[in-house]
Order: sequence, then C-alpha cells, then structure tokens
Amino acid sequence: MADASPAARQPPGVAVSVRSLEHSYGELRTIERLDLEAPAHRVLGLVGPSGCGKSTLLELIAGLREPAAGKVEVGGACDPRGRLARTALMPQRDMLLPWLSAIDNAALALRNRGAHRRPARREAGRLFERFGLAGFELARPAELSGGMRQRVAFLRTLLSGKPVLALDEPFASLDAITRAEMQAWLATALGADPRTVVLVSHDVEETLYLSDRVVVLSSRPGRIVAQLGAPAPRAPDRDAAVTDPAFVAVREQAMQALRGAR
Amino acid sequence: MRRWILPSLVLAALVGAWQVAASTGALADLLGLESFLVPSPAEIASSLWENRGLLGENAWVTLREVLLGLLCALAAGLGFAVLLHLSETLRRAAYPLLVASQAIPILVVAPILVVWFGYGIGPKLAIVALICFFPIAVNALDGLRSVDPEAVKMMRTLDASRRQILWRVEAPTSLPYVFSGARIAAAVALIGAVFAEWAGSDSGLGHMILQDNAQLETARVFAAVVVLAAIAIALFGLLALAERRIVTWR
Repeated sequence: MADASPAARQPPGVAVSVRSLEHSYGELRTIERLDLEAPAHRVLGLVGPSGCGKSTLLELIAGLREPAAGKVEVGGACDPRGRLARTALMPQRDMLLPWLSAIDNAALALRNRGAHRRPARREAGRLFERFGLAGFELARPAELSGGMRQRVAFLRTLLSGKPVLALDEPFASLDAITRAEMQAWLATALGADPRTVVLVSHDVEETLYLSDRVVVLSSRPGRIVAQLGAPAPRAPDRDAAVTDPAFVAVREQAMQALRGAR
Repeated sequence: MRRWILPSLVLAALVGAWQVAASTGALADLLGLESFLVPSPAEIASSLWENRGLLGENAWVTLREVLLGLLCALAAGLGFAVLLHLSETLRRAAYPLLVASQAIPILVVAPILVVWFGYGIGPKLAIVALICFFPIAVNALDGLRSVDPEAVKMMRTLDASRRQILWRVEAPTSLPYVFSGARIAAAVALIGAVFAEWAGSDSGLGHMILQDNAQLETARVFAAVVVLAAIAIALFGLLALAERRIVTWR
C-alpha cells in the first residue's frame, strides 16, 4: 500500500491505550470506566454528543491532565511528562498566534526545541509547499482563510515530530465544502507521514472517513456505546468513499448508536 | 483628518470667546479681579514667545524627570507584574498590598522625600515613578493573565518551557495592556513631576509656576501650563504611535 514505504522510514509508531479511565470536574462525572486502544500509525475516531468528555479525554492522553482513576498509556509512558513528550494536541480553535507569520506559527515546536529561526523556517517551508500554502509563508493568520489557518495549525502539530497526534474537532469551524476538502487533505497528509491519531469530532461522516476505527461515546458521563470499523479509511477519492453503500450503512449504524446514546 | 475638524472648531471657539472676554475686561469684572491677573490667549501666546528660552530650559528639567521616572516605573512595574504572574503565592501575598498602596497619597509623601533626599533629581524620580508604577504594574499583570488557557496548553504540547510560554505567548498578549497602562502613567507622570517640584526644587516648570504665581506673573503661569499640556499630549501621542507600530496584529 501507499503508506508502506514512508512508514518504513518513520520510527516505529507509538500506541495509545486507555484502561478503566474515570474523570470528573468536582461533582460532575465526565468519563466513566473507559477502555480504548489506538494501535501505532492508526487513526482512532471518537464521536459523541457535546459535553461527553471528548476534549477532556484528549487532554488526558496528551498529559495535560491526570485521571481520577484508571490508566492512560502513550508509547509505554504513563506519567504526564512522558505522555506530553509523545503527544501533540491540535486544539479545537486553531490558536495561531496573531503576532507571528504563518511559517513562524507552524515552526513553533521547532523554535521551542531551540532551533534558530532560519533553519526552523526552512524546515517548515518544505511542508508549506507540499500542503498548498506556498506563497503565504509570511502572511499573518488574520490574512489567511479558515481552511488555510486550519492547515497551518495542523502543520504546527505535525512539525512537533510527536508520534501521537490528538486532534480536537480539527475542522469544526469550516464550511461544508472546505471541510470536505480538508478531510481529503488530512487523509493525504497522514498517508505521507503516518502517525498515531486520536481524532475527536461530532461529525460522524468525517470521523468515519478519516479513522480506521470509530468509537461512539454516550453523553455525560462518557462511556462506549458502539465500536465500528471503517469500510475505507482515508480512501483517495473521498466523495466516492463516503457515498459507497458500505460506508453509508456503517454511517447509519453510528447515527443510530449516537441517537441511543443521548 | 476629518475627525480633527470638529474638536479644532470647538477649541477655536473657546479660545476666541476667552480672547474677547479677557481683552474687553469682561472676564476680570466677572471674577472681580484686576485685569492684569486675567491674561488673554494673545497675551499668553506673546509670553510664550518672549519667555521661550526660560520655558525651554525649565521644560527640559521637567521632561527629564518625567521620562526617567517613567522608565524606572516601567522597569519596576513590568518586573513586578512578571514576578506576581509567575508565582501564585507572591501574587496572593503582594497584590492586596499593591492595591492598598494606592490609598497612600503619594503627593503628600513628596515633602518628606525632599526632606530625606534633598533638592536634586532623586526625590522627583521617586515621586514620578511611584505614581506611574501602579497603572503599569496592574495593567501588565492583567495583560499577562488575559492569555487564553488553550494557547498555553497548545504551547505545552509543543514542548514549550515556562519561559518560552512567557516570551512567546504571554508577553505579546499583554503588550496592548502595557501600552494602555503606560499612557495613563504618562499623563499622571507630569502631575507627579509638578508636585515634586512644588515640594522643593530650584528649576522645572512646576518650580516656575510656583514662582510666577507668587509674583502675579499670570501670563507666564498660563504659558507654563500650555507647555506642560503640550508635553503630556506629545507623550501620549508618541505612545499611541509606538503601540500602532508594535502591536500590528490588532
């Protein structure tokens, strides 16, 4: 397959595993006895109603929070520092820093690791070309379209070099057409540079197209109500993939599970 | 340019009315004063021109006190804000004291400082800096704390150290706040400098006003006030210009 040769160049991937996880904000229980598994270089999709603890779960995986009970393991590391070192989080809003140019935003992780501006820009610049952002290197975030901002935010996450990406509703702020384009774009990007991804969304179609496996969560406290295998993960022709009868059938299954979960 | 027309017209009308009322003696009669005590704008303008050397020398003295005092306040205020921002304990311990310090009338402290440190520039800098410290420190602290927590999380997952988060995210976010604190500080700095000079000095616009007032040189008092106002407006304008140059993303 297409990802066989780049994967060979990549360091071996890192798996994410969540065991009997519990979390609450004070009295409010947000996650209840959750078990999840994201194998290396695979995309695990999570869908669920708003407030089912999806964003919290990503922060738990990324080491930004500690669980009340249970275990989160990222590439063998259970401590928050180890998880943080292996995971990059792409937050729901793009969080581009308005005072930095697009390329400096993308290169933030490189700069944080001590790289000088010029080599950092050079490295980020290569991806700018590959991802259709050439010519916008020095544009300020305010000058970019929504889709471009999202792409810069994704490049920033990718350039962290972390083996695990936690993507929180990466395209929620985009219109339907841009959104579909961005899904295809992300599929290509992950094909060229495979990582272990935990993707959160409340768009069933998006999650089903991008993920290898989709977990449907219930409303608060979040627990698993269904697990579904995706029929054609990240197929090159997105439009054909999402209208395929097999895909539509699984999508319906997921919708039903979601309806029952509310 | 348009937005300047209306205020300019209002100013011209006010000055014109003052000119008429003062030159006809109507204003002096109304106040029950001798007419030489109520100078007209034209007299103030000619006093400005005739005393340009004297005014310039004294303005330079006051301007130096204001600028140096402001610089001290900026350094101390920003440093203090960063310390309080970085340490929760320190913030809890010192913030109420910082606010309470505003209850001390610094202008009343001025004479004591002159008694302690004499007529030199020292006590003036201290008073200007004390007055300017609060708006700068409080605004800077508010700015540092206004950072979106999501941005901090994003930086943490990109391996940023505490210092990198401070320099790359929190400091730029706080810049507009720092500028508005500095603008307020610049305005009160002049008041502080004049008071400091009143408490004890041998030069400066405040000193000059005090002397001229005692000698009933009212036109020159007004001329000094005009210079003070011009300095305040210039400082304010310079800060606004600097902000527009530096904070380009707003």
